[in-house]
Amino acid sequence: MNTLNELKCTFPARSENESFARTMVCAFAAQLDPTVEQLADLRTAVSEAVTNCIVHAYRNTGIGSITVTVRLLPDSVIYVRIADRGCGIADIEQAMTPLYSSAPAEERAGLGFTVMQSFTDQLTVTSRPERGTTVTMRKKLLNGTDPEAGC
Amino acid sequence: MVELRQEPQKLTAFLSGELDHHHAKEIREQIDFAVREQFPPVVVLDFGHVTFMDSSGIGLIMGRSRLTEEYGGRLEIHNPSQQIRKVLRISGADRLAVIRSRVTETPQQEGKEPEHEYAQ
Ligand SMILES: Nc1ncnc2c1ncn2[C@@H]1O[C@H](COP(=O)(O)OP(=O)(O)O)[C@@H](O)[C@H]1O
Ligand SMILES: [Mg+2]
Repeated sequence: MNTLNELKCTFPARSENESFARTMVCAFAAQLDPTVEQLADLRTAVSEAVTNCIVHAYRNTGIGSITVTVRLLPDSVIYVRIADRGCGIADIEQAMTPLYSSAPAEERAGLGFTVMQSFTDQLTVTSRPERGTTVTMRKKLLNGTDPEAGC
Repeated sequence: MVELRQEPQKLTAFLSGELDHHHAKEIREQIDFAVREQFPPVVVLDFGHVTFMDSSGIGLIMGRSRLTEEYGGRLEIHNPSQQIRKVLRISGADRLAVIRSRVTETPQQEGKEPEHEYAQ
């Protein structure tokens, strides 16, 4: 993987960091001068992944850390990896099923993975129970000032 | 953030800022407290000043939809931005409530009728 630029950040799994994390990724991605809509998609997808670490991986305890890595790859592709060392996911297929949530009582909609999938070009989830979960996403960002981008 | 306006037949919740997991709980508690006080026939969630929403907002809409359904009330979603409408669309939440755009109301002043209405 030919990485042109990279940002890595580790922070505690506290809910007030949700906003900071998605903003940080978008600030990094802004160097590609993407369209408003594409940046909004990326922001939403990152928010879902980070929120899952806080809500599920560490079960709202605020204890534990999340590592976000953002890379700029050739052809205007942004790569984001969001990793936790929390409880892990036993059945990834079930977890990714639209509307499935292990925490419906907390009014989770069960649509986080659906959002990540529809708002990025590629999503991968790897997980091991009691070891943690890593989500990676890739999205090609079209230049917002490029007339051929068709935004 | 949420500002509430209670009228005899209607409760309007003017939401603002970023509707994520961090902010959803407090918004939910304030809305539900007001709903349970009067069980209004119409509950409006006005997204006019919401700058960001993820699926936590869908959870909020689903929960309020369930709550209003319990006593025969109706839920409406007003003024979602492009970004919010996209999240509503992929989640199918646009089937849980009537969505209206360009409804000009503020917590202080009585608004005019919507110029535009659609249910997708
Ligand atoms: N980082 C994670 N660690 C542990 N479990 C997770 C993680 N991310 C997702 N999950 C599991 O996958 C399910 C579905 O996630 P998602 O689609 O975001 O829905 P929601 O967060 O609304 O429950 C969660 O309910 C949870 O059981
Ligand atoms: Mg989620």
